[in-house]
Amino acid sequence: MERVPLERKVLSENDKLAAELRARFHQHGILCLNLISSPGSGKTSLLERTLEKLPRQTRVAVLTGDIQTENDADRLKRAGFPVKQITTGGTCHLDARMIDKHLAEWRLDDIDLLLIENVGNLVCPSSYDLGEEAKVVVLSVTEGEDKPLKYPSIFFKSELMVLNKVDLLPYVPFDATVAEENARKVHPGMEIVRVSCTTGEGLDGWLAWIERRRRSALTVGKAFVAAPGAEPGS
Amino acid sequence: MHEMGIACSILDAVAKEVRRRPGARAARVGVRIGELAAIDPEALRFCFEVMVQGTEQDGLQLEIERVPRKHQCAECKQEFVICEYDFRCPRCGAVSMDFAGGDELELTFVEVSEDGASSAGAQGT
Repeated sequence: MERVPLERKVLSENDKLAAELRARFHQHGILCLNLISSPGSGKTSLLERTLEKLPRQTRVAVLTGDIQTENDADRLKRAGFPVKQITTGGTCHLDARMIDKHLAEWRLDDIDLLLIENVGNLVCPSSYDLGEEAKVVVLSVTEGEDKPLKYPSIFFKSELMVLNKVDLLPYVPFDATVAEENARKVHPGMEIVRVSCTTGEGLDGWLAWIERRRRSALTVGKAFVAAPGAEPGS
Repeated sequence: MHEMGIACSILDAVAKEVRRRPGARAARVGVRIGELAAIDPEALRFCFEVMVQGTEQDGLQLEIERVPRKHQCAECKQEFVICEYDFRCPRCGAVSMDFAGGDELELTFVEVSEDGASSAGAQGT
């Protein structure tokens, strides 16, 4: 019997494709965000409000994942930006191959901001790199304050937590401060914005965060163009 | 519940390794799973066992090594395991630190025997 050392990631095929996607996004100056939450936390509503409120000159594209139906894409298309539905047909997460396939018909030069809405699930999407610049986790006040402790992986891997539905805080026994403390227990220093997609409260903070990340993504993109050998080619 | 997909990726990697060694048969495969990997080891084991049954990989054993969340103190460089979300360095008490492991989902080894024909039990009853 011979023991052959392997020492490589189980999802190395996915990670390789994700790295190629990330290099392409950098090359084209695209900020790509991967939005993750439980079903019903308000990812699609957050995207709807984001598309409404972003400056018109921002060229946004959206990939929205679901197990079944085109409902989310139909909702988001109303804003007039390019939207594609990824129907996974049963799979509980998106992977890099699905992103690559659904981007094929778009010209990346025409996109500044690519928003990916993952399948509603706090577990599986955390394992799959989609080539995004950052993961964003959405939690809503109708869930439990302890969700960050129950699903530490996704709260640790996300750079921002959007606490949604804060207009309902007077009516539900949810302590937003405790939820934020729990998020920062799992992920010290995690950035957090409180929003309500119903009233529009706090959305400026979310848009400012996107703009900040977009500027830093552009800096990375320029560095990439200056030294294209630094990352895998597109 | 993405453990089925993970099990499939592990079996693909094993099959690839076996193909490089004509006549060989894999007996055991090792994976390392960090506590932040979002993988349930028991669910993974269940999926793995279901997937190998009745295939030419029947009998392949899965060895799971679990890895805790580790950080390294930014001040004194001590590496330590995080328990109960206590992020203070146990040596110097500093709270500034870098992530040092715990999100692994890695293949560590595959054990192969060259006498594939003698141990082939692919069609178990």
